[in-house]
Amino acid sequence: MSDNSSNRIVIPLGPQHPALKEPGSFTLTLEGEKVVNAVIGIGYNHRGLEKALESRTYIQNLYMIERICGICSHTHSVAYCQAIEEMCGVEIPMRAKYIRVIIAELERLHSHLLWLGVAAHEIGFDTLFMYAWRDREMVLDMLAELCGNRVNYGINTLGGVRRDIDDNDAHEIKKILRVLHNQISYYLELATNEPTLIARLADVGKLNHDDALKFGAVGPVARAAGIANDVRKIEPYAAYDEVPVNVITDDHGDVLGRTLVRVKEMLESISIIRYCLDNLPAGEILAKVPRKVPAGEMISRTEAPRGENIHYINSDGSDIPYRIRVRAPSEANWHGMKHMLEGSFLADVPIAIAAIDPCYSCTDRAIFVNSDNGESRLYDWKGLREYSIKWHRDRGLNIADIQIPMAKNYIQIQRKTND
Amino acid sequence: MKIRLPGRILMKMLTTLVSKPATNTNPYDATNIPSKYRGRIVYDSSTCIGCGICMRDCPTKSLRVENIGTKENKKFIMHYSLGRCIFCCQCVDSCPKKSLSQTRDFLLATTDSSDLEEIMR
Repeated sequence: MSDNSSNRIVIPLGPQHPALKEPGSFTLTLEGEKVVNAVIGIGYNHRGLEKALESRTYIQNLYMIERICGICSHTHSVAYCQAIEEMCGVEIPMRAKYIRVIIAELERLHSHLLWLGVAAHEIGFDTLFMYAWRDREMVLDMLAELCGNRVNYGINTLGGVRRDIDDNDAHEIKKILRVLHNQISYYLELATNEPTLIARLADVGKLNHDDALKFGAVGPVARAAGIANDVRKIEPYAAYDEVPVNVITDDHGDVLGRTLVRVKEMLESISIIRYCLDNLPAGEILAKVPRKVPAGEMISRTEAPRGENIHYINSDGSDIPYRIRVRAPSEANWHGMKHMLEGSFLADVPIAIAAIDPCYSCTDRAIFVNSDNGESRLYDWKGLREYSIKWHRDRGLNIADIQIPMAKNYIQIQRKTND
Repeated sequence: MKIRLPGRILMKMLTTLVSKPATNTNPYDATNIPSKYRGRIVYDSSTCIGCGICMRDCPTKSLRVENIGTKENKKFIMHYSLGRCIFCCQCVDSCPKKSLSQTRDFLLATTDSSDLEEIMR
């Protein structure tokens, strides 16, 4: 598309995998190589998870909550569990809190290593991509050894954790952490000294201190702009009130700053895990939580690898939640994205998008916004269904006419055609 | 950044020439499955009391307990759908009589979908 009145070109970027392997559409208006306007379209990955959570019991929801995000699954389940434990008035054992911290920090390590690899791939530095993902494999092996799974660990339950860490596990973790520490120190040296990397990342996706505050940025994006915003420090949860945590900040405010913050945070995570393993209290790992949660509402915050994660739970006194709302960290970081892209070059767009470490499926919600009067409302299940039927009818497609064969019949049909 | 060990890459090259492939011939090789790996569920009907807590807690409704005996002389069987199971092992944690247990069996792929519906006795 081109606009003849001015020398501007509109380029659609996405929705098929614009930067990361997730869908999001970016309509960029270019003047030469420069981006003058960016329209961000998200919502391709809406799965109706919050609605699905309202039809399952609190225990069944544990596994649904973990699947909000594949990378930061532990932090979502910690936020969910601690909200319910607070509502039931249950104090979980100290050992369980420490194990939650260890898994959370291992998750941060694997998430940041994944990001480092993706970012390196975006800027064409594939050697670093291979290195980072090779090291990430060690962290995933550790998580598999501790929890039983590489992702969606299933270690949290209401009232504590499901798997214990014994001395043998602790010894193995420490051994791998030593190797990881050397590798990550090397990446830090690379990010601070390597001239090509610095030249590629400096002044890309700029978001300064005031803008980060204005757009409500969280996590490494805010910390790279000099805002010491870390839930682990400002509102300690789990065992973070006993564990020393240094909040890493940087004043670059660009992708280089975000890289430095993430790499330094990995070293910090390693020291937190070592502290937790050395000071792991003895005792039980599970406290009893009733199946029916008392009526009321609760907000719980955790620090996900991508930033602050907020869960809101409303209970009506039964064993099924009345409403669960999840504010994933990517949702807060999207607001500053338009500002970051405008004024940058087209070639910088993929790395600028990747630099906030966006998680699309965490974020996508079905909200109706009327742009004329700024009114917005959430769709309920019935409303969403009616809207879908109307949308298809307007395009000459009647859903009622479509016959969907049952799975068994479908297989029989397939077999017949094969014969 | 300066290269600290110039001979390092040569050593790496030589060791790569004589070393075995990094990949293993799964599933014929011994795979290093983690000790706490959550695989297929197994059921022991002799201890089951048919309370149905596993059915209530299963997030994907992949378990169903059925009484095939009489009201006085109960005998339970478990319908287990491997296709629906997400291997979270919540049923193992929930079972009050420990009739369910987890295994490290993960080689469950099949070309026939009816193989995924199991009846455990």
